[in-house]
Amino acid sequence: MTDGMAPLLGPALGLSAILFSLGVAGVLLRRNVIVLFVCIELMLNAVNLTFVALAQLHGASGQVMVFFVMTVAAAEAAVGLAIILSIFRHKQSVDLQNINLLRG
Amino acid sequence: MTEAVFWVLAIVAVATASMCILSRSAMSAVLWLTATMLSLAAIYVLLNAEFIAAIQVLVYAGAVMVLFLFVVMLLNLGHATTDMRGPAAVAATVVIAGLLAIQLFALWTYSPERLAAEMTQAPQTGDPATLFAAGQAARRAAVEHGVVGAVAAPLFQVYLVPFELTSILLLVAIIGAVVLAKRKI
Repeated sequence: MTDGMAPLLGPALGLSAILFSLGVAGVLLRRNVIVLFVCIELMLNAVNLTFVALAQLHGASGQVMVFFVMTVAAAEAAVGLAIILSIFRHKQSVDLQNINLLRG
Repeated sequence: MTEAVFWVLAIVAVATASMCILSRSAMSAVLWLTATMLSLAAIYVLLNAEFIAAIQVLVYAGAVMVLFLFVVMLLNLGHATTDMRGPAAVAATVVIAGLLAIQLFALWTYSPERLAAEMTQAPQTGDPATLFAAGQAARRAAVEHGVVGAVAAPLFQVYLVPFELTSILLLVAIIGAVVLAKRKI
């Protein structure tokens, strides 16, 4: 009975761990703002995988949470990309080296 | 059989995610991430979340990634030189991300039995079948009401207020995006 319950729980959690770490590595490694954004989406996807994996045991609430995470991610992408567009209009660059207005 | 399919998809997901963070141009990074998202959608099907898999393809791999591609094409960055940070930052990245991966990777060993044992915190191990009754109920609901109905019931009953707040969030995001991206309003 328990074998058929959630056979892929551990591997799915491990996979999401790898994907999240890859997202963190990308954020630390790159200077292109758009690629940084892409890496943040990768981390959000890794968290979604965790929710779906545990929803096998804890009911459909986990899948509802994935729904909300996707909504927030879509809103974040729209606003963030608009910010990138307006920064590019000022600086003609998406490299973090050139975006240092807040540096004292 | 299911496990073999899962492992193939997992390898595809990790490989495409690695290419995403290592590829030189922003364009190919976005396209590699789309491949990661599609393989994740297939994994969701294996994890009994068919509705979420469909949403993943429609919203994430469809809408959000198209938005990214639009912006990349709009900025017209051309063949940019590499934007990797220097060797010191690469070393720091390997240490930080490696430690994080090692810590999170402990989740690999979790099974429903171990999770049940840790949740009860009693000397005797809890029975997963009784402790995770909600999961079984959700699976029965999926059989009775369909995979969409099983997600819709909690969404429109327990989580109705957050669901309505989501619409306000999206409205604010639309207005914010227009205000930020438009030259003159």
